[in-house]
Amino acid sequence: MTDEPLLRVRGLSKHFPVRQGLRATGLVRAVDGLDFDVRPGETLGLVGESGCGKTTTGRMLVRLLEPTSGSIEFDGRDITHAGRRELRPLRQELQIIFQDPYASLNPRHTVGRIVAMPLQVNGIKPPGGIKARVQELLELVGLNPEHYNRYPHEFSGGQRQRIGIARALALRPKLIVADEPVSALDVSIQAQVVNLLRDLQRELGLAFVFIAHDLAVVRHFCQRVAVMYLGRIVEIGDRADIYERPQHPYTRALLSAIPDVTQLGPAGRIRLTGDVPTPLDPPSGCRFRTRCWKAQDVCATEEPALVPRDGGNQATACHFPEPAGAGLVAEAAAIGVEPEGRGVEANVEEVPS
Amino acid sequence: MDSSEPSPSGEPDDRPVVPAQRSDQDAYLRVRDLRVRFDTEDGVVRAVDGVSFAVERGRTLGIVGESGSGKSVTSLAILGLHDPKRTTITGEISVGGRQVVGLADEEVRRLRGRDMAMIFQDPLSALHPYYTVGRQIAEAYRVHHPKANRREARQRAVDMLDRVGIPQPARRFDQYPHEFSGGMRQRAMIAMSLVNDPALLIADEPTTALDVTVQAQILDLLADLQAEFHSAIILITHDLGVVGQVADDVLVMYGGRAVERGSVEQVLRAPQHPYTWGLLSSVPSLHGDADADLVPIPGNPPSLINLPPGCAFHPRCRYADRAGSRSRTEVPELRPAGEGDSAGHLVACHLSAEERATFYAEDIASVGVAR
Repeated sequence: MTDEPLLRVRGLSKHFPVRQGLRATGLVRAVDGLDFDVRPGETLGLVGESGCGKTTTGRMLVRLLEPTSGSIEFDGRDITHAGRRELRPLRQELQIIFQDPYASLNPRHTVGRIVAMPLQVNGIKPPGGIKARVQELLELVGLNPEHYNRYPHEFSGGQRQRIGIARALALRPKLIVADEPVSALDVSIQAQVVNLLRDLQRELGLAFVFIAHDLAVVRHFCQRVAVMYLGRIVEIGDRADIYERPQHPYTRALLSAIPDVTQLGPAGRIRLTGDVPTPLDPPSGCRFRTRCWKAQDVCATEEPALVPRDGGNQATACHFPEPAGAGLVAEAAAIGVEPEGRGVEANVEEVPS
Repeated sequence: MDSSEPSPSGEPDDRPVVPAQRSDQDAYLRVRDLRVRFDTEDGVVRAVDGVSFAVERGRTLGIVGESGSGKSVTSLAILGLHDPKRTTITGEISVGGRQVVGLADEEVRRLRGRDMAMIFQDPLSALHPYYTVGRQIAEAYRVHHPKANRREARQRAVDMLDRVGIPQPARRFDQYPHEFSGGMRQRAMIAMSLVNDPALLIADEPTTALDVTVQAQILDLLADLQAEFHSAIILITHDLGVVGQVADDVLVMYGGRAVERGSVEQVLRAPQHPYTWGLLSSVPSLHGDADADLVPIPGNPPSLINLPPGCAFHPRCRYADRAGSRSRTEVPELRPAGEGDSAGHLVACHLSAEERATFYAEDIASVGVAR
């Protein structure tokens, strides 16, 4: 692994205009100024709740969406506004796996045709022929190569997701953006697909941007993790930093809200009140302040920058971060169970669609 | 069906409070040998095949299973929501002493909403977009309290919205579902299902569509409301973490049958059935070794039209061979798992408790290579 990043993202933003009739009445700041790097062979998890901008980010990375501002550099090339023709060679190295294995496969095409499509579109003729390469790919993802001529409806959800993975691997990419690749699958099937992705990542040295809301799954797959809230990264760091030494209050609240099979009964936990505010009109200053139990005046006026703490890999955007090394349990005990109803009144609704 | 009279005061009637005792006789809901069959073009679907359980007031039963395990079909049968033309239901479902199976539509309707209510997974499709949230809650109240006037019903609905933690309930009463956020909608639906103070609440994946921080709020709310109203709750979910957090008892379903039943400590701490064991080892956790491989259950959940013979789990069971040919020919019965700590813990497996203990110990010794 070299230190030169494969993917370098700076100030990446996506704003969607909101129209009423013909007039633009507002801007949804779905993603608002992201900075992060992904090195070759590295797995970065993007986690957060709905509306935090993680999916929009993933779609911009593979240029299914046009960024509003900022830059995306892939393998040393600026691809932020690359046109269709410039993107074509790039798409061989940069692939995406979608969440819904039912909607992302053409029901009228055979599996063989679906997996062969990236090869044909790019005019690639593998040495042994396309069919041999497709069968090799099917085998790689744990499907029976004899099922080449079957249609997607003949496969279960987990198998369909494997077809999507085979398609993404067809061009031997360097980076795969996986958008919630296991969340539509049954519990017993999720583990099969997570293990498959892990094996492929190790064998082929792939880099991943793994987008998920399930922090436990991300912990099993990713070396680095970025936590997003309302279009911004609030904390980024190595896996151990994020899960064992989280410094941002939101990361701590998120971790403590997850019901874990190893803990029975209601635990003394950090409880956030209210919902995520609308990205149409995010709170001033720190966007998390309306739900944060530590918020003070400065949080409303000044937006905290994502700055590294203690000279390490972990960066936190908070005016009052936890000192490194403070345990989750200690904090839950210290702040009590409920952060005093803060945020209920300040709570704003999601954007009506 | 004497108790279908609404109480004259328009107030929810006082129901006797049953102390928490582990006896089926006292249970508010009793389900015995429930079988639900659908006739389809492709064949007969045995969606539920001989399931029994009981829930007392003040307790929560978690029903766990994957898609096609029969968990939702069971809850719809309790509520009498299956189309009688296409569905055959046999067995016994007793709600507060009244038999629901075979009851006329009209009479089930009187029970539904007043004695038992349901919280659905997706509040957006369960709330009517055309009417205000408050009006829908008030209507649910007036259906069962015909003597209540409009103002009383409104007051009751506002009180319920307040009770489930919706700020400014009087203003919220006049808003439409699309003006509510996801978490608020789920709260509104809980308010609607509780407006008649039902003794039995069935929550089908109530938090699956919600974010984790909001899910935590809703689960806390359900626990608070249960303490206050002393209701019996059935929580249907695929998330073992949620079950561990809120349930007292757990029923694990697979292929339309109950494969394991017991207290939450028994089932999650000392799982007996290989399926439960497999589920627990395949779920990623926030604790433990993050680099260890997950141990998935091989294969896929079975089709209910073409259920494997014998134990429905045998094609995916790592120990099926060790149980001999029985696993392929004989459906295992739900039997006591053991004595002492295991009292009341039931499991449907051909292997003996000793055999399972040995195999699981071997598994633990070789974690990560067990595939």
